[in-house]
Order: sequence, then C-alpha cells, then structure tokens
Amino acid sequence: MEILQEGQGQLVGWHDPDENRQWVLENKPRDLRDKRLTVAEAVARLVPDGAFFASGGFGHVRVSMAAIYEIIRQGRRNLIMAGKTAVHDADLLIAAGCVDRIEVAYAFGHELRGLSPASRRAVETGQCQVVAETSNAGYQWRFLAAMMGVPFMPARNLLGTATLAHSSAKVVADPWSGKPICLLPACYPDVALIHVTRCDIYGNAQIDGTLIEDFELARAARRLILTTEEIVPIEQIRDAPWRTAIPFYLVDAVVEAPYGSHPCQMPCRYYFDEDHIREWLTRSRTVEGTAEYLQEYVFDVADFDGYLEKIGGLKKLHHLKLVEQMRA
Amino acid sequence: MAETDYTSTELLACVAARLLEDRKSVFVGTGLPMIAAMLAQRTTAPGLLIIFEAGGIGPQVPVLPISVGDSRTFHKAVSASSMHDVMSIAQAGYLDFGFLGAAQIDPYGNINTTVIGPHDAPIARLPGSGGANDVGSFCHRTIIIMRQDHRKFAAQLDFLTTPGYLTGPGARERAGLPADCGPHRVITQLGVYGFDDATRKMYLMVVHPGVTVEEVQANSGFPIPAAEPLTVSAPPTAEERRILREIDPEGLLITR
Repeated sequence: MEILQEGQGQLVGWHDPDENRQWVLENKPRDLRDKRLTVAEAVARLVPDGAFFASGGFGHVRVSMAAIYEIIRQGRRNLIMAGKTAVHDADLLIAAGCVDRIEVAYAFGHELRGLSPASRRAVETGQCQVVAETSNAGYQWRFLAAMMGVPFMPARNLLGTATLAHSSAKVVADPWSGKPICLLPACYPDVALIHVTRCDIYGNAQIDGTLIEDFELARAARRLILTTEEIVPIEQIRDAPWRTAIPFYLVDAVVEAPYGSHPCQMPCRYYFDEDHIREWLTRSRTVEGTAEYLQEYVFDVADFDGYLEKIGGLKKLHHLKLVEQMRA
Repeated sequence: MAETDYTSTELLACVAARLLEDRKSVFVGTGLPMIAAMLAQRTTAPGLLIIFEAGGIGPQVPVLPISVGDSRTFHKAVSASSMHDVMSIAQAGYLDFGFLGAAQIDPYGNINTTVIGPHDAPIARLPGSGGANDVGSFCHRTIIIMRQDHRKFAAQLDFLTTPGYLTGPGARERAGLPADCGPHRVITQLGVYGFDDATRKMYLMVVHPGVTVEEVQANSGFPIPAAEPLTVSAPPTAEERRILREIDPEGLLITR
C-alpha cells in the first residue's frame, strides 16, 4: 500500500500485535482471583513513573478521581496521558507535575465552565508537552484497533487537516475504492483507570449509563485498575450477564471507592460538585493557589475518605445525589 | 410577539434552532448547540433525533446538561450506548446536522480549536479537536456557532483542526473525506453566513436586527460578499424566550 501522508506526532502506546499477544499470554491470568486492593496499593503496584495511562469516563463524567488523587499523593512523575477528552483529571495531574506529556483529543478545558488555567499554563510554558494531536473518534478507534489485536483501524476522519499532520496516523489509498483513507495506529495504554457503578471482587463490572469509550479502553489497556462505587456478589453479575461491560480477565485491581468520581459526576448516582470544581478553577489561576489547593485536598488528608470529609462529607454527597435525581 | 431586550445568546440559540429540520438527526456538542437543539425539539422540530458523542441517543433532555457525557444527555433516551456507536453511525452517514464552535474560521469554513500561535510554542493553547474533527468530517451538514471579530474570522488559520471545504470545490473528496458534506451555515452575533456552491467560500446571507454590512466586514479578517437581497433575522419570540428559560433555568448560558 502506498503511503500518501504521515502524521508527525509521536506514536504512543503502540505495540506489534504479536508482541502484545505474547504479553497478554504471560501476564493476564484466566482464573477468578480476588483482586481487591486499596487505592494506594493499586497505584503503587500498577502506575509506575513514566507510564502511559488513560482514564475512563468522559470530561467530568465517571472519572476515577480516587485514583487520580492517589497518583498525585504518591508523587508520580513523567507520566504520559491519553488526553481523550481528559478534563479535570488531566488538569490536576498536569498541575501537580505528575503528567509532563499528553496526546490530545481534548484537554486544557472544562467544557461549559471555561478553560483550565493550570494545565494551559503548563503547556504554554513548556512544562507539559503535547506529543500528538488526534480527535475523540481518533482515540476511540485507536483503542478499538488495540482491543481487536490489529495494528490499525481505517477511518475517514482527520483527513486534510493539521490535526492529522500532528497525529501519529498515516494516510494510504484504500485498496478497494482507491480513495485516501486514514489509518489510526492501535493504542495499548500501559494502564487504564476506570470507575464503575458496581463489580465483584474478581472485576466483573457493570456500568450504569453510557459506556463512552470504556468498553474498548478496558480491552486495549495492558493493566486495568477498576475503582467501584460498590462491590457486589458474583451471583448478581451472573443473574444478568448481559449487563457486564468489563469481564474479570481484563482487570488487575478492584478498589472499592464510594463517591470515587467526586467532584465529577457518577451517572444515576450523584451530580457534578460545581462548587468544588469552581473552587479548583479559581484557585488554580495562580501557581501559589494551585499548590495550596493540592496541599489542602491531597497532601493534608490521609486518603480519599479524608478528602470526602473535607469537601463537605455526607451532607454534601447527599445533596449531589438529590441533584442527580433532579430532586434538588 | 417580538421583544427587544433579548440577549445575544438568546438570539443565536433561536437562529440556530430554526435551522434544524424536523425528523432529522443532529450531533450536539456542549453549550449553545445543546440549547439550540433542545429549543428546536420543543418548537419547530419535535421529531428531531438528538445525538451526543458520549453515547446519548434520542434523549428528551430535561434541562441544559453541563457536559456532553452528563446523564441528562441520555434522559428518557432510546439508547445509552457508546462513543464507538455514535462515531460509527456518523461515519456511516446517519447524522444530518452537526454543530461546531470555533476559535478561528477561514473563508472555506475550516476551523481552529487547537492553538493560537505556533503549535510547539503556543501563545494560547486551546482544548484541541475533541469530537469536532469527527463532526466536521462525518455529518452531512455542519452548523458553526461562534463569536465573530476580525481575528476570529481569519484569512489564514493558525491550525486547521476541523475540515470545512479545505481549499475549495472538490478538496474534501480529494482528501478522502465523505462526499457531498461540509459546512452549511455559520451563525455569529452579527449574522448568518452560507457557502457559495461555485467557490465554497463564505458569504453573508442574513444580518441580525440593527447590524450593518459595514459592521460585518469590519469584524472579518477577509472580504465577505453579501447576498442580494440581504434578509434580517427575526428576533426571539416571547414563546422562544420562555422555553429558553425553561431549558436553562439557572441562566448558565442564555444570560450572556
């Protein structure tokens, strides 16, 4: 196939499909094992310095914030992040100096709430580097290729744009139609962090609401940490197996983390904590304010439960539940 | 009955909503596009199929969602699926309209939402494509809503994030993009623009009440021909404004 164009972005997360099959063979057990860990243990074992990682959910929706705060607390460095509509998670990790490289579909913004002062500052001063550009479907289908064990996914987006020129995609002539087609390289994150509604101790997980990209991401990532609102018996999974979005053999750690998406939304459970997000966006306007926020909400609390107390505890969380149900 | 004390956002939302057609599908992003699609569904296009990129398909959106992944985007929906599903049906041709925002736009409707200044030494880093490149590549007709000034309407973009008509007639097809689609309208605080069939360049179709052609030209970095005769957009009606307040009761957007 003739290569018509090659994007100049850095190729992150790609593996030869046979190399990845071998890795899966050696590293992913097929038996049911109790995978429960604390979030501190899971991050310490599965998120090393320099890892390329992806966060599940979308924007401020169903994000594993319990794991994100723990990565900051443990002082990880030189992480590369999949900016697949990465919003609050990316902003905090870049601001805390954990992430210094990012491939961007969408980052540095908070949708309706405006742009991210801290992570924009990091990019504009060179503290965080954008290694490649892509689009949401571009990232999505990189995960799809990885999940399928094929080296790339053909797609009809990115064509004709600077987004493609700064991506890791290539353009070839489709051998059937002869038209130019974009090839998106497979993307296998070293580790993914996904927050789910419920799962059992082995990692069989159900997600209420839209799956967003997590069906594909869970199957593309080499290591997978699930944080979950609740752990349920495996019988509950077996009673409705069609509801399983993520089966156990993909999962490396199960962390029980109620309200683990705060201040982001957990569909059908609790709404965004707009007060807390606004506080972050206000304080992160300055370097000093950013450091003070992190000190107060991450380093000065022992763990995520301590953080939940600090943001207002049960009263606040109950209110967010009512807002989600449109009763407040 | 028309009123005169409406905000600029209310006008933009009404103009955008009136462009959507009943019994068609629309790919909706954060902010004004959500308001416009919700308003259309409650007025002229009750059969509008609203689709959000995180997987919300055919919802009856109760109040303005804050995010395109927000649970309000699949409230009473026919399906809560996935991005792969939504992007696939878009690529396969099921999406009639797509909404886009822009930090910069050029005469061919190409859009920048990535960076102001050089990519490796940004003056201002913006969020990037998000789903915009996909919407601009796949939807049959895209509608761009943005604030206009002489820098945002740019002869030359700092970065081409999302394809419009690229370099002119036939350029999208030569690049391999799906055939016969692209920018349909651009809506700004000053007027509504279309694209000339022969040149694929932007021209002024409609001005908003009180806006002059001179003002439009002064707020563009490239020359914009005006249609003859030029029409004037109808201001928001009392009914439209009432529904907008229902959609955005906290005034997150419509008060701007």
